[in-house]
Formats: sequence, structure tokens, C-alpha cells
Amino acid sequence: MGDGLRAYGFIVAMWVRSTLTYRASFAMTVFGSFTATAFDFIAILLMFSHVDALGGYSLGEIAFLYGTTGTAFGLTELLMGSVSRLGHRVRDGTLDTLLVRPVPVLVQVAADRFALRRIGRLAQGLFVLVYALFVIEVHWTPVKVLMVPMMLLSGAAIFAAVFVAGAAFQFVAQDASEVQNAFTYGGNTLLQYPPSIFAKDLVRGVTFVLPLAFVNWVPALYVLDRENPIGLPQWLAFLPPLVAVGCCALAGLAWRAGLRSYRSTGS
Amino acid sequence: MVRLYAAVAAGGFRRYATYRMATAAGVFTNTVFGFVMAYTYSALWDARPRLGGYDQPQALAYVWIGQALFAASALFGGGFEDELIARIRTGDIAIDLYRPVDLQLWWLAGDVGRALFQLIGRGVIPMALGALAFDIALPGSPLTWLAFLLAVFLGFVVSFAVRYLVALSAFWLMDGAGAAQVASLSGMFFTGMLLPLNVFPGLLGEIARALPWSALLQIPADIYLGTHTGWGLVRAYAFQGGWALALLAVGRLLQMVATRRVVVQGG
Repeated sequence: MGDGLRAYGFIVAMWVRSTLTYRASFAMTVFGSFTATAFDFIAILLMFSHVDALGGYSLGEIAFLYGTTGTAFGLTELLMGSVSRLGHRVRDGTLDTLLVRPVPVLVQVAADRFALRRIGRLAQGLFVLVYALFVIEVHWTPVKVLMVPMMLLSGAAIFAAVFVAGAAFQFVAQDASEVQNAFTYGGNTLLQYPPSIFAKDLVRGVTFVLPLAFVNWVPALYVLDRENPIGLPQWLAFLPPLVAVGCCALAGLAWRAGLRSYRSTGS
Repeated sequence: MVRLYAAVAAGGFRRYATYRMATAAGVFTNTVFGFVMAYTYSALWDARPRLGGYDQPQALAYVWIGQALFAASALFGGGFEDELIARIRTGDIAIDLYRPVDLQLWWLAGDVGRALFQLIGRGVIPMALGALAFDIALPGSPLTWLAFLLAVFLGFVVSFAVRYLVALSAFWLMDGAGAAQVASLSGMFFTGMLLPLNVFPGLLGEIARALPWSALLQIPADIYLGTHTGWGLVRAYAFQGGWALALLAVGRLLQMVATRRVVVQGG
């Protein structure tokens, strides 16, 4: 574990050095990442230029949902986003190089082509979160205060599990890397909006089948004192860390199964 | 000559048709994003019926038209620029210039093939699923469908012309990534993929509706929804055609300057 993290640090440091060689290009790509992400929030602002509430939620409350999922997802995308490139390596046979190095393959794939520009997305999520914390009217208690960092960390871990499971799927379906986007980027987009606007079956699906709801919906509804649209009890808001551990364990198993089934293209 | 370009277009079609898994993955992702957006639009039009002159079924149709055209009209860029940029950077473009064909038409033909495949392969199914799952507006007469398809084609040509300019910038910048990124950001914002352009407030809306990107999605969608008829339809086509011709002409001019003045890289 310790060795793996050290190796991760080395590979990441290498890519960061290489990125910072072209400073202007780096600055532009960070700006691009920030702006592209910010458009999602600008769309919400444009919506709120016509309405005062969406699905019964105020702009501040939606910003809170947006900021929590945006920050959690931004963290994961920065640290693990490269795993979605696994299909490329399987296709062109360069995954074999990673297999013979004395470092866990998952660590190498996660650090591969580490893209520091993704701090743009993370910064944008944090930005909206801070804005939300200023404008929402919440009766803060110590539990609710602690709930915020807990959401971010558990949420990041849940998204990490989705990324790794998606990468494991790419061992089987190399060309299908886009399917992963539906769950990662699509999941993030879904969680930016309040659960009250979606069909109940969809909310049930992302609660019980693919537990994305635990990234922010379930704990955020507790912080905001909101009813869960599918009538779940409030104490579920304390479960995200457990859900995250469970998801990571399952994703780890999927990764092992995927790696074991890998057959090189031989090229 | 026409047969040659038809063959190039057929090649572009077949090239993209080869990757069936990738196509299926794209259909899946477009459908997931379509669902998320359809629910957010439902909430918005519930709160403000008739926003932007659309009723709810029309707004929902807009969502699914966007998903259907996303890949075909390359709303966020992509399709061929990376390849052309790479050829310019490596100097392979010199070989292309030797060929007894027109550079712009050659790439246009290839991109027509790609777009046609992606319209059929990636557009039809999400649109059909959207129509099944949601109450979306459907054109009353087959003529509206024809008028819509013509607008889609003109929008695609505008999209190509913009992307061709982006690619040609590599003659001067060597690395086209920055220009591609700016174009992609503009596409995200000004095609109306975030929100219909007629929902954009005030001056921003007027500017957005006058820019070439509005020819890609907003105008075809409005024709589908029956907003433009009679002389309005002619004006809409003229707007698209005007931008297409102007941008193609600029591309041609740049291409002339580039091939005369710029020394191609490579040994």
C-alpha cells in the first residue's frame, strides 16, 4: 500500500514536471477545464434568471448540491481520471509494459498521463460550494458541519469506485470507454440537480443499484432539512462512508477480475 | 470528380461504422445525458410554462434533438480536426497538397460521411428512446422532417467550416490544441446545448442567436418545432447558408495563404 502510494507520487510528479514545462499551454488548459465546467453552473444561473425555484429548491440549495458533487467529482477526476484511458492501452498493447513493472497496475493506470489541468474542474466545484455555504440558510449544528467534509471524501471515494469499475469494464469492451462517461460525468450532472425533479424510479436506481445518491443527495438533504422524495429515513445520511467502502471493495474485485481476464493483443 | 468525393465520403462513413461497440457506447451515453437534461427541462418548464416560446413537449423535443445531433454535427468539436492538425504538425500535409484534389473538399467529403453515419448510428436511437419515455413534440407532416434534415445538413456545413478554420490555425500555431479548445468552449455555450438560445436573456441572447453556432442546433430545432415557416424558413436557411459560405470562403483564403507562405515542417 505504502509502496503503491509512493510510486503513484513519483509518476504523478513526473507528469506534473512535464506539464509545467509548457506553462502557457498549461494555463490555457486549466482555464479551459474551469470554463467548460463552469458552463454547467451558468446554465443553472440562466435558468434562475427565469424562475425562483427549481423542483422546490432555491439557487443556494442547488448550488450546495452542485458544489458538493462538483468538488467530490473534481477530486476523483484529478486523482483517478486517467483510468478511463485504459481502453487505449489495451487496444494498442502498451498495457503490457505496465504489467512487468514492480508497481500495482491500478496505481500506474491511475497516475498515467496525470492531468494537472483538472484542478480547473476541482476549483470550480469548490468555488460554487463556498458560494453556496455563504448563501444557504441552514441551522448549522456540529453534526451538519462535519457532514460537509464527510460528504466530499465519501463522495470522492464513491466516484473513484465508479471510475475503477468502468476501467475494469474496458478490459472486456475496449471501445466502450464512453459508457463510463455516462456514469461518471453523467452521474455528476445528475447530482447537481435536486432529486425532487427526477422520476422516483430513477432516484431509487441511483440509491439502491448504483448508490450515487450517497455522494450528496442523501447527506445534503439532511443538511438542508429536506424530505427525501422516495421517503428514506434521515439516518441514512450517516451511511456514505460505509457505502463508499462497500463500493470500493466491489470495484476492487471487478478490477481484479478484469485484469485477470486480460489477453494482450500481442502487438 | 464528384465520384471521387463520393468515394471519400463513403470511406468516412465506413470508417466510423466499423467501431460498433464505440457507437453503442455513444448511444448509451447520449441517452443518459438526454434523460438527465429532459428532467431538468421538465422542472424548468413546469415552473415557467411557455418559456422561450416553447411549451413543455417542445422543450423536451429540443433536448433530444440536441442529443441526436451532438455527434453528427460535432457540437463540441471533434470529428477530423485532430487528424488534420497532426498532419500539419508532422508535415504529412505536404503529401495531401500534392494530391490532385482540393484540400477543403476532401476533408469536407470525409466529414460528411462521418456525420451521416453518426446521425443514423448515434442520433436515431436516442431520439426514439426520448420520444418513447417523454411526451415530446413531433412534426405533423413529413415535409417538416425534410425541412429539418436540410437545416441539419446546413448546420453541419457551418460546423465543418468552423472546425476547418480551427485545424488550419495549426499552420501558424503548430499546436492546434488551444484553438480547438476555444472552439469547443464556444460550441458548448453558443450552440444552445446548455439551454435553448431563445431562453438566453437580453443582449446575450441576441448575440448568441446571431453567431454561426446557432445554425448547428437552434435553427434545425426551431424548424423541427415549426417555428420557422414560409419566408421565415427561407430566412433561416439563408442565415445558415450565409454563415456556411462565409466561413468556407475564409477557410479557403487561409488555406491559400498557408500553402503559399508557410514552410511545412519536416525533413
